[in-house]
Amino acid sequence: MIYNAGSYEVIVIGAGHAGCEAALASARMGCKTLLCTLSMEHIALMPCNPSIGGPAKAQVVREIDALGGEMAINIDKSQLQMRIINTGKGPAVQALRAQADKLEYYREMLKTLLAQENLDVLMAEIQDIETRANRISGVITKTGARYDCRCVIITSGTYLKGRIIIGDVMYDGGPGNQFPAMKLSASLINNGIELGRFKTGTPPRINRRTVDFSKMIEQPGDGRPLTFSFISPKQKKPQLSCWLTHSTPRTHRIVMDNIERAPLFTGVIKGRGPRYCPSFEDKVVRFAHKDAHQLFVEPEGRHTDEMYVQGLNTSLPEDVQIEVLRSIPGLENVRIIRTGYAIEYDYVPPSQLKLSLETKKIEGLFTAGQINGTSGYEEAAAQGLIAGINAALKVQEQEPFILKRNEAYIGVLIDDLVNKEIDEPYRLLTSRAEYRLLLRQDNADIRLTQIGREIGLVDDTRWEIFNRKMESIASTREMFQEVSFTPADEKMTTFLDVRGSARLKDRVSLWELLKRPEIHVEDFENMNWIETLPGEISEQMEIQSKYEGYISKQMEQVRKFEKMENRKLPEDLDYSEVYGLSNEARQRLKDVKPGSMGQASRITGVNPADINVLYIYLEKKRRN
Amino acid sequence: MRDDVIGAISTPPGEGGIAIVRISGEGCIEKVSQIFQARVSGKDIQVQRPFSLTLGWLKDEKNEILDEVLVAKMNAPRSYTGEEMVEINCHGGSITARRCLQRVLSTGVRLADPGEFTRRAFMNGKMDAAQAEAVIDIIRAKTDRGLKLAMKQLEGKNSEYVKQLEDCLIEANMLLEANLDFSEDVGELDYDQLRRLLINTRDGIDNMIRAGELGNIYKDGISVAICGKPNVGKSSLLNALLRKERAIVTDIPGTTRDLIEEYININGIPVKLIDTAGIRETSDIVEQIGISKAQQAVKEAELVVFLLDIEAGMTEEDKAIYDYIENKERVIVLVNKDDLMEKNISEEEIEQNFTELRVIRASIKEEIGIQELEDIIEEMVGVGLIDSDNLEFTVSLRQKETLLAGREYIQEAIEAMEEVPLDCLGVDIQNGLARLGEITGRNLKEESIDRIFREFCIGK
Ligand SMILES: Cc1cc2nc3c(=O)[nH]c(=O)nc-3n(C[C@H](O)[C@H](O)[C@H](O)COP(=O)(O)OP(=O)(O)OC[C@H]3O[C@@H](n4cnc5c(N)ncnc54)[C@H](O)[C@@H]3O)c2cc1C
Ligand SMILES: Nc1nc2c(ncn2[C@@H]2O[C@H](COP(=O)(O)OP(=O)(O)OP(=O)(O)O)[C@@H](O)[C@H]2O)c(=O)[nH]1
Ligand SMILES: [Mg+2]
Repeated sequence: MIYNAGSYEVIVIGAGHAGCEAALASARMGCKTLLCTLSMEHIALMPCNPSIGGPAKAQVVREIDALGGEMAINIDKSQLQMRIINTGKGPAVQALRAQADKLEYYREMLKTLLAQENLDVLMAEIQDIETRANRISGVITKTGARYDCRCVIITSGTYLKGRIIIGDVMYDGGPGNQFPAMKLSASLINNGIELGRFKTGTPPRINRRTVDFSKMIEQPGDGRPLTFSFISPKQKKPQLSCWLTHSTPRTHRIVMDNIERAPLFTGVIKGRGPRYCPSFEDKVVRFAHKDAHQLFVEPEGRHTDEMYVQGLNTSLPEDVQIEVLRSIPGLENVRIIRTGYAIEYDYVPPSQLKLSLETKKIEGLFTAGQINGTSGYEEAAAQGLIAGINAALKVQEQEPFILKRNEAYIGVLIDDLVNKEIDEPYRLLTSRAEYRLLLRQDNADIRLTQIGREIGLVDDTRWEIFNRKMESIASTREMFQEVSFTPADEKMTTFLDVRGSARLKDRVSLWELLKRPEIHVEDFENMNWIETLPGEISEQMEIQSKYEGYISKQMEQVRKFEKMENRKLPEDLDYSEVYGLSNEARQRLKDVKPGSMGQASRITGVNPADINVLYIYLEKKRRN
Repeated sequence: MRDDVIGAISTPPGEGGIAIVRISGEGCIEKVSQIFQARVSGKDIQVQRPFSLTLGWLKDEKNEILDEVLVAKMNAPRSYTGEEMVEINCHGGSITARRCLQRVLSTGVRLADPGEFTRRAFMNGKMDAAQAEAVIDIIRAKTDRGLKLAMKQLEGKNSEYVKQLEDCLIEANMLLEANLDFSEDVGELDYDQLRRLLINTRDGIDNMIRAGELGNIYKDGISVAICGKPNVGKSSLLNALLRKERAIVTDIPGTTRDLIEEYININGIPVKLIDTAGIRETSDIVEQIGISKAQQAVKEAELVVFLLDIEAGMTEEDKAIYDYIENKERVIVLVNKDDLMEKNISEEEIEQNFTELRVIRASIKEEIGIQELEDIIEEMVGVGLIDSDNLEFTVSLRQKETLLAGREYIQEAIEAMEEVPLDCLGVDIQNGLARLGEITGRNLKEESIDRIFREFCIGK
């Protein structure tokens, strides 16, 4: 029996990283929101590696923060270790990475969700979505409750028709042996949404008390008080270490001896898995010449002895997993707590989406996170945030919010999803961003806080902190340009000689001096030419002066890019009516329905002549 | 929208006569005026009335004459596109027109996309929809044909070579990007290898452009003017090279009155030979006209064969003609009638007057020196510099522009390697990659990412 259980403006199906951000954004923007989850014990669950951040991902986490999202704040509260990756390779690729206490991460997120105004959390499996005239109208739970709503955001992760595979053992299930969601897929298909199937996997977890760390190399945290969020308090936390070991020729022999029992090679696994996250058996087969692969043993939390074996993701039979583990230095006597597994799941090929993450077929239906063919907590959270914002904007009858490729990694992510043909789980890389030098983790707040404020997700506290920082940057920069030295200045000459830097020929400002690679703000402070600056201010001075040339080179590219980006294409444009398009271009344009001339030009099969033809067509329409 | 200055050749290529280089966009008149010199001084096109025609010369980087041209300027909105426009009517054939366009592009003008002039015309209300659609048809046909041509060009040697270049740069990009995105998996960056790959790419581009230019010569040919005072044996030389009696030969000075143009093939290179009237002071009106035509032909030809008569000696007349020839590096001196006993031109005299030029002692009558002349022509075209395997190359202007733009980025990367961090280096390498990718239409960025996963064991 189905009963009417109430109505909401926005309903979010799934409380993973995408769902939590989506629900919080929607509620904070004033929409009456419901968040559904299969299990209250697995909210914001990290089913795989216990870490957040790293190249491209750290930038995303900071962008989420600047827009008023939750991930950065939540990991700052629950981190076990913080480190900066890629130091010395330039500001654009430097990236913060945190080891997370998974349980703590869950608890903190749960607390935030339950305290949020306008937000209800409900443990229920949604089995059906309801539509009327291609518009979403409600959802129905397994227990027969029917909720009316204006918008639905599906963030079901890897749960749709989830299927676990360990050797020849196979069963329906979600990550960590939870219930899968077996019914929702059919409801989506009935509503004209196409589904595909992907696969991913995770390594076994082991008991800390059975590990011999003396055979491994310790990887301590950074020690400095680092945070993802621009507003988290900077305080030192006790740092837990990770441990580096490696596989051995014996490990690889064990894998090869059992390869006919590996589901990846027997054809049992059909869904496509990510190449950047291959299973261990895949690595052994493809890189047969290597006789060792790096493995990191990482803590899963402060209050558990469970540890994660990074690099050993596998769906080999359980007995082989044990044998493999015990062939690794330091793990000779190890005991498994959880067996590694592969999981296959349904996803929505994202070419069915608009840049707002609303489906093209059904108005008011959004999808975000791993259901869109991505992988990674950060990618999921970013999409959740955008979908949450856009669902709320839709309820408020406002234009959708879309970040461009030159504004944020989040823009790159979603633009790629919609325009490219995604045939393996998608992960962000810094090399996917054309304007990488502009999209840094250090300036995410400068890029996006203002926008977040306009949307209504940046509260007064954050806004004030941001404005103070901006003022400080401006005035310090001015001061750096005003304070200058002449070649006659002896203190300066001695300083330059000691530093091995060329002597002055003309009067030179601190700003100009800072452009020299060997000179740093710290030097100015030590020489008492300036007062000691807050770290984030001196960081901006260094980057803005040293990389001015390259940054303006990228800005020039961006200006060209934006001209095309700003030329909008109407959503209802009938491409079969456009005279002079090549057949291939016409078909691709019909499929993708680009929102701007820039997007059209990025579609494979559309060439410059087609773009000119489009311009002419639009002008003709405008005149009539 | 894009409102930069664009340029292109607007007459169909290959159909002789006058070719027009069309330039459109605000500021284009100023740009052209930088490289144009009016015949009558003071008639700078910047101050000329709109819709006026100005005769003058287009100058190259060294301020030497590229071509005599007629320049028409049009002010907005009364032009084809409705924008400020310049049309340069070139004299020479398609090769000269291409050179003129290239010179125009060097002032910062962008090569127009197919259909761009029409689009601008339509946008600015200079055309109705039906007209615009008619033009679209032509553009469509042209680009399809162009595409087919490009594809054909890209089969064979060209594509193999471009692919090699691309692969080289992809590998460089892959090394760098793997190191940035997966530093923990791939270890330290091998700077030497990166530098080697970048240098290989750059040199490869240089080779390709050079080979392509030669390929173009093989396709389009070059022109060779034969000049000298009357009776030195110009017409005899034409006949000898043609191996038939084409021009009238007599011992009367002033036999040839008009230009005689003939096509031959010298070691595979199509050559347009131009026999000219002997240059001298004369009161004969017909001969005068012939002489000024001869002077024009000499000016426009890519190579000039300058003839002397060993019996007649080096006279003031010879010297005046020689001085008149611009760009001496394109001159081949041929001292004719070496079969005669009386020799009035000494080795020293040759040495003195023609230092660094190629000089041939010949007797056209006895067919001595003809082969040498042919070899020198081939050599001067530059073919000898290049491995004959690569001669199937041709490089279109658009491809060349693209290659050069890519080369610039790569060069910057090479120079900056030690000084800037890797992310900045990436800006140049990715830009270079994007340019190269435009030639074959491959998405090289994606391919580099693919290669990272293929070649490195990435295992988060
Ligand atoms: C085994 C495994 C290995 C992985 N390995 C990696 C890796 O190595 N690297 C990496 O970057 N990422 C990895 N991931 C991916 C990463 O965990 C996800 O990308 C990320 O957690 C996805 O977030 P999400 O919010 O989209 O979905 P999830 O975090 O999966 O959350 C889905 C939510 O939806 C709920 N739900 C689903 N269906 C329904 C329904 N019908 N009704 C109500 N609620 C529903 C669930 O209860 C859950 O709360 C792995 C994932 C798994 C499972
Ligand atoms: N002995 C000798 N006579 C030559 C040679 N080449 C040409 N002649 C003669 O020189 C005379 C002039 O030859 P042309 O070829 O008509 O000379 P031209 O330069 O074309 O003369 P114009 O057309 O009058 O300018 C003819 O009588 C030729 O036979 C040569 O190598 N040796
Ligand atoms: Mg003659």
